[in-house]
Amino acid sequence: MSDIAQRAGEIAREAAALAERAQVLALEAAAAAQPAAAVAEPFLFLLTIFLLACFVGYYVVWNVTPALHSPLMGVTNAISSVIVVGGLLAVGLAEDAIAQVFGFLAVLLASVNIFGGFLVTHRMLSMFRRKGS
Amino acid sequence: MGAAVTTLAYLVASVCFILALRGLSHPETSRAGVVYGMAGMALAVLATLLRPGMEGHAWILVAVVIGGTIGTIIARRIQMTALPQLVAAFHSLVGMAAVFVAAAALYSPQSFGIGTVGAIKTASLIEMSLGLVIGAITFSGSVIAFAKLQGIMSGAPISFPQQHLLNLVLAIVILVLTVIFVATESHVLFWLLAILAFAIGFLIIIPIGGADMPVVISMLNSYSGWAAAGIGFTVGNLMLIIAGALVGAAGAILSYIMCKGMNRSIINVLLGGFGGETAGAAAGPGGDRSVRAGAAEDAAFIMKNASKVIIVPGYGMAVAQAQHTLREMADLLKKDGVEVKYAIHPVAGRMPGHMNVLLAEANVPYDEVFELEEINNDFATADVAYVIGANDVTNPAAKTDPASPIYGMPILEVDKAKTVLFVKRSMASGYAGVDNELFFRPNTMMLFGDAKKMTEEIVQALAH
Repeated sequence: MSDIAQRAGEIAREAAALAERAQVLALEAAAAAQPAAAVAEPFLFLLTIFLLACFVGYYVVWNVTPALHSPLMGVTNAISSVIVVGGLLAVGLAEDAIAQVFGFLAVLLASVNIFGGFLVTHRMLSMFRRKGS
Repeated sequence: MGAAVTTLAYLVASVCFILALRGLSHPETSRAGVVYGMAGMALAVLATLLRPGMEGHAWILVAVVIGGTIGTIIARRIQMTALPQLVAAFHSLVGMAAVFVAAAALYSPQSFGIGTVGAIKTASLIEMSLGLVIGAITFSGSVIAFAKLQGIMSGAPISFPQQHLLNLVLAIVILVLTVIFVATESHVLFWLLAILAFAIGFLIIIPIGGADMPVVISMLNSYSGWAAAGIGFTVGNLMLIIAGALVGAAGAILSYIMCKGMNRSIINVLLGGFGGETAGAAAGPGGDRSVRAGAAEDAAFIMKNASKVIIVPGYGMAVAQAQHTLREMADLLKKDGVEVKYAIHPVAGRMPGHMNVLLAEANVPYDEVFELEEINNDFATADVAYVIGANDVTNPAAKTDPASPIYGMPILEVDKAKTVLFVKRSMASGYAGVDNELFFRPNTMMLFGDAKKMTEEIVQALAH
């Protein structure tokens, strides 16, 4: 019995030592990875989000019923006008007058699209009625 | 408002956009979906306006009021038959907005945190040129698509020798200039790139014919999304990237579905020239064969005595604005105990789902309207197929004649119905320039005339 207890104790000590080494290794790895992550991070991070969003779009859009493909175009049209945010930042934060003018024009065009796109989609969808309603 | 709150608001807005698309999986949930979309957009704009250091609210208000008023008026007044050109026009605006935002980022990079003038980060310059080029192509391509759909420009494909070579050369020049631009951050090169991208967008669309417009519009829809995503990368905005990717994916899927509906590859559509003079010549033989022409009274008699009628609408119905009269006809038939259904081919009309909207506008319930796969087996049990303004999408040659330009295209099998009533202006061939074998079949009756007038006459005959 004491034999087994002794061996168990040994194993426990070994495990503790291993864990300690693993921790040191992990810290080293983290330290090594940090500069690389700092360089690649902004673009890779954005790319990750972009690709995941592509997949979400892919699966969501395949579920759209073909009867509603025109409203789909209308609503995606309006959604892509979220580019208005870029224009807003240009008007609101730029110190350069030319940049502000471009921002102003971008906001104007995108606004046509936001209002027009959502309203026309709403108009289309409000016409789709089931039998008897 | 702190940066974390802004980011959180953008995240919520992104989720709203996804829900907006999700809602379109069924007509019943679609209206709530659009509300999500609107809420997401409002949140995105508000969160941006409340960012620290934002100024110029008066100017922003002016731009939004002018743009919003124009958009609202257009959206309220537009006729549903003119939807395709409206969507094309809207795409062009997104493209142009992308060009403007890219320019603003070039002239004032510090507002987007991507460096200072003359020292913009390399990665941002690459992303900026991407956003600029895709945006510019979207703009000029959509303007051409709009002009073709609106009839300002001939819908016929415009091609000239060495066209594709010219496009290739332009594309290479754009690529080289992009590299130089990224290295030098030259403002002159930026505008040169914009001009060349406008030119290539123009050149890509002019050789594509009118009936390929469903593909073109879907493709431009996709481009407008990629342009927004490109700008999102440039200014480092996650919401823009997500929204752009969603729209890009949606447009790409629609393009794929439209291409499949015509059994053509996207490359084949892009190379254009389909339905030009060469194919037109093929319509020659067959003109001496005889067809059975009928009057509205005959058609009314046949349909009144049928038990099942399937209506196949096409672009001709939209052009003639015949959808309301068509629904009157269907109502009268239903009153006589006839079962009426509508069959829609994926590429009917000038944009995806166009026919469904027109029928919905005429108060046709959506559960009477069926897609190709859903209804194709029904034709065998139908007494009458009433084809109004469609042609190529019913042509049996697509299944039987390997030499036909439309061979392999999925068709609505109207030939299986006991009687086919074909409303047509004349014997002219369809867009693909192919003769339709159906016209000469003994069980086909041609109803020559304007789609709306003919249907009106049938309605009058039925009412008696």
